[in-house]
Amino acid sequence: MRRILIHPILKFNFQKLIIFSYNGKELTGFAGDTVASALIACGITTFHHSYKLHRPRGFFCAIGNCSSCLMEVDGVPNTRVCITPLKEGMKVNTQQGKGIF
Amino acid sequence: MEQVEVLVIGGGPAGLTASLSAVKAGAGVTLLEREARLGGQLLKQTHKFFGSYKEYAGMRGIEIAEKLTALIKEEEDKGKIRILTEAELVLFYQDQTLGYTYKGVLKTLKAQKIIFTTGASERMLPFPGNDLPGVYAAGAIQTLMNVNGVLPGEKYLMVGAGNIGLIVSYQLLQAGARVLGVVEAMPRIGGYLVHASKIRRMGVPIYTSHTILEARGKNKVEEAVIIAVDTKYKPITGTERILKVDTICLAVGLNPLGELLEQRGIKFCYIPELGGFVPWHDENLKTSNPDVYIAGDLAGIEEATTAMLQGELAGLVVARELGYGNLKEQNKINLIFQRLKEFRVGPKSEKTREGQLKLING
Repeated sequence: MRRILIHPILKFNFQKLIIFSYNGKELTGFAGDTVASALIACGITTFHHSYKLHRPRGFFCAIGNCSSCLMEVDGVPNTRVCITPLKEGMKVNTQQGKGIF
Repeated sequence: MEQVEVLVIGGGPAGLTASLSAVKAGAGVTLLEREARLGGQLLKQTHKFFGSYKEYAGMRGIEIAEKLTALIKEEEDKGKIRILTEAELVLFYQDQTLGYTYKGVLKTLKAQKIIFTTGASERMLPFPGNDLPGVYAAGAIQTLMNVNGVLPGEKYLMVGAGNIGLIVSYQLLQAGARVLGVVEAMPRIGGYLVHASKIRRMGVPIYTSHTILEARGKNKVEEAVIIAVDTKYKPITGTERILKVDTICLAVGLNPLGELLEQRGIKFCYIPELGGFVPWHDENLKTSNPDVYIAGDLAGIEEATTAMLQGELAGLVVARELGYGNLKEQNKINLIFQRLKEFRVGPKSEKTREGQLKLING
């Protein structure tokens, strides 16, 4: 996984850094990222685990429809990170089970 | 409670043209869009559109999104339309009362007419390992790379040689990734040959009569097993082949996205040619509820060009129902019927035509 720096049609503006935390670790993304795109760009592909068999679950649909990307964001469990815009100082954590409210 | 004349759900190609045409006919419109930006799936479409110049042929999806957004912002500046982004519809009651979350807060409103342009969701394919991170929907990868500038992997397998599979394969190459192959269960390529030729010239093999058998990996995709299928789509043992890919892209079709309509009791029909369960609708895009209209992929999977035409039509018809518009608007409606017909004459629209026939026959 990596950021696209050269592209024949698109020009990406990777100027404004956004610092957030993932399981207590400091990571960086860019303005315009979703939580999911920032995590994937940082090499994180497992967002949560399935309830029964604890299989890794990650990104899938990118439109907030499939529930494969649920995480705890700023204390709110079951947040669909694929449609959640990344914001400065966000606390993103792997969710335990169905989430602790 | 807040009252609105026309509520449009979704700010993609259909929702934008629906809002524009209803506003221009004189109706008061509120537009809800879940994302922070308007444009829907156009925002990630870097390829140039085909068809007629009247429907933006030769322009890229991202440019069409910009143009439509600019047009609608003009109306917003004039105070004629209310646009709410980061607003997601969550409730739909019997009496046309709707609930939506706006920046995380639940709000309600009542609408006289509602146009749903909620689009479609991508299909999953059953195979062992399909839940592994690294198995992503094609449209989702398109969003990651074309909107966020993130490539989730280096070596890809594309499943499906319809237009989405072919176009996303080409866009992956443009972004600097490698596509090790495209598998297609049908004996021939489903998408336009011009797209297929482009990726073939760049060295991407297209395996027709092949499917994915399994995705393997510990915590993430590490390889994919593909296999040939017979004329009945049954895998032929002994033809397995392992591809060392880190990402598997599923481009196996779309389903109209209309759960809220279904819960609200609106009639649905199962029409495979239109993408599965679709809300029943007449030629004016009116559903079984006379105050609820639909347009775009929700009314049957097609493409952005027909979505824009349908949106424009729904907006005009709804405005007419509310008593807005005159002869000019009526002429526009007639013209759209003609253009939709013209656009659907080609062999690639055969499915849509068959699906439309089934709709008419109930």
